[in-house]
Amino acid sequence: MLASVFIVMGSLILIVTVIVLNGAPSLSLEILTQTSEGGFYLGAGGGFLNAIVGSLLLALPATALAFLIGIAIALYLQKDFINPRIANFIRICLDILWGVPSVVYGVFCLTIMIAIGMTGGSLLFGILALTLLEIPIITRSIDESIKMVPIGLKESAYSLGSTKFETALKVVRRQAMPGIIAGILLGFGRGIGDAASILLTVGDSNYFPTSLSDQTAALPTMILNLVSMPDQVVQNKAYAVAFVLLMIVLLISIITRYLTKKSSKHIIK
Amino acid sequence: MNMSPSMISSVLKNKFILIGILSLFLSFIFLFLFNNFLLFVLFLLVFIILLVYNFIKITRKLYDTLGTRLMFFVTASMIFLFFLLVAVLINGSLNILSEESLSNLLFSSTWKPFSGEFGLFAVIIDTLIVTAISMFIAVPISLLSAIYIAEYAPKKFRKIVRPFIDVLAGVPSVVFGLCALLVFVPLIRDDIAPFFGSSISSGFSLFTASLILSIMVFPIIISLCLESFNSVPIALKEASLSVGATKWETIKKVIFRAAGPGVLAAIFLGFGRAFGETIAVSMVIGNQELIPKSLFGPGQTLASLIASNYTEVSSIPILASALIFVALILFVVVLIFNLFGYLVLRRASKRWKY
Repeated sequence: MLASVFIVMGSLILIVTVIVLNGAPSLSLEILTQTSEGGFYLGAGGGFLNAIVGSLLLALPATALAFLIGIAIALYLQKDFINPRIANFIRICLDILWGVPSVVYGVFCLTIMIAIGMTGGSLLFGILALTLLEIPIITRSIDESIKMVPIGLKESAYSLGSTKFETALKVVRRQAMPGIIAGILLGFGRGIGDAASILLTVGDSNYFPTSLSDQTAALPTMILNLVSMPDQVVQNKAYAVAFVLLMIVLLISIITRYLTKKSSKHIIK
Repeated sequence: MNMSPSMISSVLKNKFILIGILSLFLSFIFLFLFNNFLLFVLFLLVFIILLVYNFIKITRKLYDTLGTRLMFFVTASMIFLFFLLVAVLINGSLNILSEESLSNLLFSSTWKPFSGEFGLFAVIIDTLIVTAISMFIAVPISLLSAIYIAEYAPKKFRKIVRPFIDVLAGVPSVVFGLCALLVFVPLIRDDIAPFFGSSISSGFSLFTASLILSIMVFPIIISLCLESFNSVPIALKEASLSVGATKWETIKKVIFRAAGPGVLAAIFLGFGRAFGETIAVSMVIGNQELIPKSLFGPGQTLASLIASNYTEVSSIPILASALIFVALILFVVVLIFNLFGYLVLRRASKRWKY
């Protein structure tokens, strides 16, 4: 049994070391601060700043949107607002959506793009696909922490004369803060790392996107493009991109730990 | 109407009214001087909103109603979206279903989009094999580690292991794929495949994909199992231990019974993840739509089929429909497995009340 635990821990260590060993040597300041050159990554020229910016432009709006939608749904699922049976049905729907492979969201957005006659890809549909991907994650995470809110707290808010909406927004929301933070960061981490939905929807570009209908590069798709090239120099660049992506994800999970610990200090138990 | 100076000054003091008048003024300037219709509408909207805000005092009750309505609207549109997703996928795949019969799609094994043949049989077989092997590897390892972490591990060790599992769950699939490309592909090409007697393997194989998939599934199964192990009431454990059962007997006969449905649900969810994983698989599986002759030969799963074919969508319109059909299959299978997991959990929670 201990051996199997070590297999699990070892596989993470293996992944991190492999990416660090391969990625760190080809990482340099200029590769981080330049946009890529060469028609669609055939060449090794330039850096990948455009992919970093592209990924952030995809994941940040998607997370913001998914958060706004998610917190509205999660607050509404309390039994103050809705019949618990219906709430459970919605929870099942969300769980199913959580389990749906991200490529399905990609295909969904691709279908809409084909239907409106758009080819190649755009930032907008990338954001849309990521939002769809993140909504169930964020909603369920907030929902789980709202379930933990003690009923006495809500009742005391009601007894002081606050309305349902005020209670939800001011009391329950504050009490559910650790879950909200964890949900947002979890969703963001998933969104910035997911390749399948983005691959089908954003296309590719060597520049910064300037409008929502522009094609854009992103970290995960860039890794895929670069690694399929036969040239060793280009592949090294892919490892560097993967190194940056892994570091971002690790950083997010450290921040999540820190912030949830910090925010759960002020929770009334 | 006669306006006294004091009235005007009180109007000007109210900054909402001031902004409202200003925006109305600006909206006309934009309409007549710059011919900019968009900004006209925008400023007019600001004016109207401020007007409404001033005349209808937003009371707390109205605020409550509006907020509740808004939340209801968002939730309802979420449910609508769920059904829209299904509808779009079905609608998109109607095209291919009218072109070819369902049995031809599912049971013919030639996938040649350029000559209009869309047989998915080989891909489905590959998908089943890859998923089955990865679950075969992942389930025992993750179950054993979950038992160890929940029941045997000292508290300090548990604190060290938890972050490992959480981080592993968050690693992007493309990083998993890259890692498999760097480690597993050469390993299988040079050592494992020759050891099993198939010397011509390129390393891009079904087995490589299964290996990386099993690693990706570990954290899901482990964390869900831990959750259900931890929710077994301590009194049950203590009762079993007090009648003389050993620790292992307690785990096998009491904890596993009580947490069994949770474990089963975890396995179903892990299966769903392995079934639908796209990028990591498509990087190492070799991307050839063949019925496999050996585990060390190349293949293609349903999800990776989409990733490796989507670029030709614009040149072959019917291919888009075929890929949507594949996505529909993925969706339906995941749906069934999730529902099944849910039903298992619900039945168990009715039978086991503790």
